[in-house]
Amino acid sequence: MAELQELALKQQHRGGFSGQMLWQAILASFPKLNPATLWRNPVMLVVEVGAALITFFIIRDLAIGHAASIWLNIQIAVWLWITVLFANFAEAVAEGRGKAQADALRRTRSETIATRLVGDRREKVPASSLRKGDVVYVEAGEYIPGDGEIIEGIASVDESAITGESAPVIRESGGDRSAVTGGTKVLSDWIKVKITANPGETFLDRMIQLVEGARRKKTPNEVALIILLIGLTIIFLLACATLEPFAIYSGSSVSIPILLALLVCLIPTTIGGLLSAIGIAGMDRMLKRNMLAMSGRAVEAAGDVDVLLLDKTGTITLGNRMATEFAPAPGVPVERLADAAQLSSLADETPEGRSIVVLAKNEYHLRQRDLAGLKATFVPFSAMTRMSGVDMEGREIRKGAIDAIEAYLIGKGGALSPEIKAIAVGISKQGSTPLLVAENGQALGVIHLKDIVKGGIKERFAELRRMGIKTIMITGDNPITAAAIAAESGVDDFLAEANPETKLKLIREYQDQGHLVAMTGDGTNDAPALAQADVGVAMHTGTQAAKEAGNMVDLDSNPTKLMEVVEIGKQLLITRGSLTTFSIANDVAKYFAIIPAMFTVTYPELGQLNIMRLATPQSAILSAVIFNALIIVALVPLALKGVAYRPLGANAILKRNMLIYGVGGLIVPFIGIKLIDMILVLLHVA
Amino acid sequence: MKSMDLLQLGFFIILFLLLAWPLGRYMAKVYRGQRTWLDPVLNPLERLFYKISGVDPDHEMGWWEYTVAVMALNILGIVLLFLMQLAQGHLPFNPQHFPGVKWDLALNTAVSFVTNTNWQNYGGESAMSYLTQMAGLTVQNFLSAATAMAVLIALIRGLVRRQANSIGNFWVDLTRTVLWILLPLSIIFALLFASQGVIQTLHPYVTAQTLEGAQQTIAVGPVASQEAIKMLGSNGGGFFNANSAHPFENSTPLTNLLTMLLIMLIPAGLVFTYGHMVDDRRQGHAVLGAMLIMFVIFLGISYWSEATGNPLISALHVSSPTAMEGKEVRFGIANSALFATATTAVANGAVNAMHDSLTPLSGFIAMLQIKLGEVVFGGVGCGLYGMLVFVLLTVFIIGLMVGRTPEYLGKKIESMEIKMGILAILLPSACILIGAATASVTKAGTSSILNPGPHGLSEILYAFASAAGNNGSAFAGLNGNTLFYNLGLAFNMFVGRFGVLIPVLVIAGTMVRKKSIPAGPGTFQTIGPFFAVVLASVVLIVGALTFFPALALGPLVEHLLMWSGKVF
Repeated sequence: MAELQELALKQQHRGGFSGQMLWQAILASFPKLNPATLWRNPVMLVVEVGAALITFFIIRDLAIGHAASIWLNIQIAVWLWITVLFANFAEAVAEGRGKAQADALRRTRSETIATRLVGDRREKVPASSLRKGDVVYVEAGEYIPGDGEIIEGIASVDESAITGESAPVIRESGGDRSAVTGGTKVLSDWIKVKITANPGETFLDRMIQLVEGARRKKTPNEVALIILLIGLTIIFLLACATLEPFAIYSGSSVSIPILLALLVCLIPTTIGGLLSAIGIAGMDRMLKRNMLAMSGRAVEAAGDVDVLLLDKTGTITLGNRMATEFAPAPGVPVERLADAAQLSSLADETPEGRSIVVLAKNEYHLRQRDLAGLKATFVPFSAMTRMSGVDMEGREIRKGAIDAIEAYLIGKGGALSPEIKAIAVGISKQGSTPLLVAENGQALGVIHLKDIVKGGIKERFAELRRMGIKTIMITGDNPITAAAIAAESGVDDFLAEANPETKLKLIREYQDQGHLVAMTGDGTNDAPALAQADVGVAMHTGTQAAKEAGNMVDLDSNPTKLMEVVEIGKQLLITRGSLTTFSIANDVAKYFAIIPAMFTVTYPELGQLNIMRLATPQSAILSAVIFNALIIVALVPLALKGVAYRPLGANAILKRNMLIYGVGGLIVPFIGIKLIDMILVLLHVA
Repeated sequence: MKSMDLLQLGFFIILFLLLAWPLGRYMAKVYRGQRTWLDPVLNPLERLFYKISGVDPDHEMGWWEYTVAVMALNILGIVLLFLMQLAQGHLPFNPQHFPGVKWDLALNTAVSFVTNTNWQNYGGESAMSYLTQMAGLTVQNFLSAATAMAVLIALIRGLVRRQANSIGNFWVDLTRTVLWILLPLSIIFALLFASQGVIQTLHPYVTAQTLEGAQQTIAVGPVASQEAIKMLGSNGGGFFNANSAHPFENSTPLTNLLTMLLIMLIPAGLVFTYGHMVDDRRQGHAVLGAMLIMFVIFLGISYWSEATGNPLISALHVSSPTAMEGKEVRFGIANSALFATATTAVANGAVNAMHDSLTPLSGFIAMLQIKLGEVVFGGVGCGLYGMLVFVLLTVFIIGLMVGRTPEYLGKKIESMEIKMGILAILLPSACILIGAATASVTKAGTSSILNPGPHGLSEILYAFASAAGNNGSAFAGLNGNTLFYNLGLAFNMFVGRFGVLIPVLVIAGTMVRKKSIPAGPGTFQTIGPFFAVVLASVVLIVGALTFFPALALGPLVEHLLMWSGKVF
């Protein structure tokens, strides 16, 4: 238990680095030098091959006692190795956070003994021997041995291992709360669970793999970007390789270490070194918000999403409707209506019922009365009558929706007056729910149940609109009510009287128009829509089917976070694009450093291209190589944190980033290389 | 004088834009199959052609079928032109009785004309019969231009059509290009040229008695008819060796102006066509803007360099510093700079000044434009499709910065498009660099050089760049008619052409299948001056990065050396 708490704490503070994590990242940088590992990163592999070649030449030169320019070559070789190590370090740091968390998760997965039910017999088996379809019995104090569905019983379960949330949740058979996760703990009662995942495929296993990045596949955009980087690398390889013949023609010759130095400076090492760190950090930022992305692809798709389907309840409005007004029928005093409304709601434990009691108390000073003292019997809501109410001493009070009360009145030989109907429709049109109250066959009036739109949501939607994202409210309400709430909350569109089929249809419609759609869902009947959506966020409290269908799981089960998901996705893409642009723009300055240095003997006139006035050819080449290595490590924090994202339109974001990373990328290396050159001169190393 | 020159340059830019604009709209109509005023005459002709050749004009091709059709026509063209040159001694219309052309030169010339390069390792008036010039070279002038335009249209269809499989019918695109666009324009301008004194005859060469009493043979021929398509189709292969510096090809200031306008006309017009065909003219304007930015910068540098001239000449105090040797002395320095900029921008390759004689910086500009992949307007069709490849790459790199995976015209750019785009840039670049590197260190390569030092390197670089860029203009100093250069350059021309054309068709094929995402405020906008500047910067940076080392050792060092008093 202490372990779990520690984990929960950790998960809340999954932010900063510790010195220990940095140290581990440094250690992890060295095994990554293995070419078999580096194969995944072709740009860095080229650097490593270059470093190895120069090292070979140095050893050969030392062996044959050929000492000319060996000091320069040694420095170049060292810096090229450091360049590769820096790139490895960036990746290791990004992975470090996930690793720490995976270790914590793994500790909770310690071997448990399960009670398997075979017919009537119970047998103790290790959890690892459980297979899909087995049924196990779990009681208070035991860990649930694997993912499954509750087929019998109800229990409170501590799921903090997965969610970091220490409050226990209720899990019961049937419905949308029947899924349990292996590694979580039953706190009270007992359940029978049908196992739905083989060992190694459980949610916990997948989560460990995800946070560790073991199963990390390159996303489509990453693949395309890597192709571009390989293409650029080949182009620069050609430019450098053909430089030697041109130099020979011009009556000079360039040493291979210097050609390799030029090559490494030109190929896009900055983005090549940081690319995988950026991807891992994106997943990690999701995780920090307790959002588990099943693949990097899902995070990328989140950036592309331009239609958000938002559930009304909980996302746009507060979960509960509140009574805000009593509208009496003509000739009925409002106090009588309030009194009847309060009486009918006294035993109603729903938030709506309680809000009616509170409203009557606050507005009409009707004290809460004791049901038992009144000899009243509470009539609970039933699906048949669709009413609830109270019977006491000759009073029969009922409350319910318009058509339900109308049917009730007709059954009593009465009728619903058009005036009351008009009041009720008026309330509907404002986006609220009218609740009719009737006593002994006479309609007294209407309770105004209002949906409370969350504070600040309107501004949020305006922000999303500026980002080019359309918001659509999904609600089971009738179109009139839905339209009113849509107007109040500022949502772009709504789907009223929604059910899983209409949701699915809506998603398909938008996708056919070319839009990318994100949605949240929890129930089994949401599964088809979750699977169809480009980004489907399943609530962790939801069913197994929903979690399987979505490509993200929200461990907090908070549908509002869909908007954050989009921002994280965008931030990931912006970071990737910005650093690519920066990396390519850097090359201009490096040419101006290295080309004049290379040919300064043959063509002293080329010295005019040395606009940075670097001290010597050697210092120029070294400065460029050193800058090229240091810039990787300097950009690691940016790669991990992500480029600052502001919810603006595409054009504004582009101009801003173009200025910082494009124009900045042109200028920064000129300054950086010059500074390094000055330091080198001070230190007399070149 | 200088302000007059600038006025002239500005006037030229405005003039060609004004002419290209209506032509662009007209061409869009032609390719969309809409009504044009030439239909009554040409429709029956078109139908007749399909009937004879058995082409079903309603048949739509996928990218593979389209590519096969393009390659079949082009390879057949190379074979036929090759054989025709070998056999010209036995064929009619050969009043000067030229013998068959040597095989390597014939191969070079065949590839050269089919790939729209029109690199000429021969003097037209002293090697090619009238039949070869008319039935061989001029026919390819039409077909090579029409091929590239058809491929461009196929690419545009790939971008515009949604979730489709086909990108048009190559034979229909080819036929309509020739009948509706190239033929009418050629006829009009051939007549205009003839009226200005450009010759047009099938008679043998004229022999004249000079004042000193010597016999002089004056080469003549059917020039005007070839001249129009030579400029119009960014071919550039002259009837005479001296190309547009020859008074029979370029007779008056008016023909000089017309010639330059013709170079720019279709390439610029197609950019407008593009805007029409994607139903968003602003897309076309943005691409045009990027091209114009680079054109004006290059023209400015080139003109400045030529007008400033050679400091060594001004030191002699014999004339203005402007070096007129090898320039178009009749029309002045501005026209030489303009012609050079235009002809290299457009992959035309016709010349009215010897590029060998340009000041180093102008030579640098000329070479850079070719090496950028001929996308500053570029050759007819291929210039714009090359530029569209750059657009895709620009959108891919820059577009990420708005926080969406990159898309152009609503279509996602994914790994296949990047693969092909990189290939289209890599293949010509690799050919130039490897070819020039080989030439610069082998006896076969260096023995053809006229001038030593960095200028010689410029000559080699220019030759390979011109071939791979399908430009065809030459730095002239280099003797290209050797086995090494004939074959090496032929290879470069072939890869430079089809190494871009085929990836472009693949892109058309993959893009056409995609669905289009409607644009919103979150979409990266590929319109407006901002995008034009970004696009131009990406083209310049990618091109400059690839060729900076080579250029530094060639024209750039030559320029710096000239200013410190050394010439070659």
